[in-house]
Amino acid sequence: MQVCRIAAEDLACRRGDRVLFRGLSLALQPGEALQVVGANGIGKSSLIRILAGLLRPFAGTVARQGAIGLIDERPALDPHRPLGQALDFWRAVDGVQDDGADRLGLANLLDVPVRFLSTGQKKRAALARLIAQSAPIWLLDEPLNGLDSDAARLVENIAAQHCAAGGIAVIASHQSFALPAMRRVELADFSA
Amino acid sequence: MSVLASLLRRDLGLLLLGGRRGGTVLPLLFFLAVAMLFPFAIGPDAALLARTGGGVIWVAALLAAILPLDRLIEPDLELGFFDQWALRGISEEWVALVRVLAHWLSFGPPLMLASLPAAALLGLDGAALRTVELGLLAGTPGLAALGVTVAALTAGLRGGAALAGLLVIPLAVPLLIFGAGSLSAGGESGIALTCAVSLVLVAIAPFAAGAAIRSARG
Repeated sequence: MQVCRIAAEDLACRRGDRVLFRGLSLALQPGEALQVVGANGIGKSSLIRILAGLLRPFAGTVARQGAIGLIDERPALDPHRPLGQALDFWRAVDGVQDDGADRLGLANLLDVPVRFLSTGQKKRAALARLIAQSAPIWLLDEPLNGLDSDAARLVENIAAQHCAAGGIAVIASHQSFALPAMRRVELADFSA
Repeated sequence: MSVLASLLRRDLGLLLLGGRRGGTVLPLLFFLAVAMLFPFAIGPDAALLARTGGGVIWVAALLAAILPLDRLIEPDLELGFFDQWALRGISEEWVALVRVLAHWLSFGPPLMLASLPAAALLGLDGAALRTVELGLLAGTPGLAALGVTVAALTAGLRGGAALAGLLVIPLAVPLLIFGAGSLSAGGESGIALTCAVSLVLVAIAPFAAGAAIRSARG
């Protein structure tokens, strides 16, 4: 896995008129994992989007080295297309062979249009896309939503393997997420 | 390059083959329906029809180009495609440029084909039909660029689809004036001016649409 690093310095986030959090700093080296916890609406998803570079922070800076893979509530798969073709699109964009579908138990769903998949199956499909992308930095926003307990264990295993191979994982979730040597940051400690 | 080819293949699949609501067929049928209605509305005066027919084809083409606006940008924004592209370093400008090309391919050439039966319905002669076809060839890329720009600007707004139609019509006036004007006076220069307007719109569209998409992400 390529060298990767992500560091944020003195971040603040404002949505509308409210400052959600301020003074948040973090730094992750290869192999490290971090879980961001906090109540609904406290800014976990906003933090993930700021770290991904999709949202401008109200204050502070983010430095990243290495490609970023993101999972959020939107699977970015064409609803009317069969799952196999929808994943093929991303495989072509990422220029990879493996689509990770087998590992997530999607092999028999490849000819089902994405719009007929359940919430959990769509989440699995998004994870398959993430695995195929092979980005060293994973930003996972509520990765366990809609997954049954077997799939949740599977996702924890996959994230553990990713970190063991030298990747970084940042997980925003209100559910417990078991990873070896994972740090936790309570977003409420930084709320403004 | 292969990334852009993948994007174009996907866009064409969505826009041309009707992956999302209708594809090319609906705007085309709409275009023909307008061309067919017009003789009923103004009566069977062949001379009057032939004189106004070219302009009718242009208005029908403009209206047909408005129909697919709501599925040009908004669905991809909602489904998170633009976020995933941004993470992979594929800029919104490239995506918008590819989309202009796909949008044009999905309605420009089909409209030019449909203009043949429309011209027959309106009783246009060969010379007028040739001018209309050349004008559409020059003007439809501009309409496609305008459509993608306005679709990006109105993505995520409430009532965005209606607003998009309302915004496209005044902005398309130069294309309409020069394109339809080439039928009455100095055909060649009218088509050249249509070309010029088209080029300006195509040149601006990727940057305007890209900026709009980034700001819609918020």
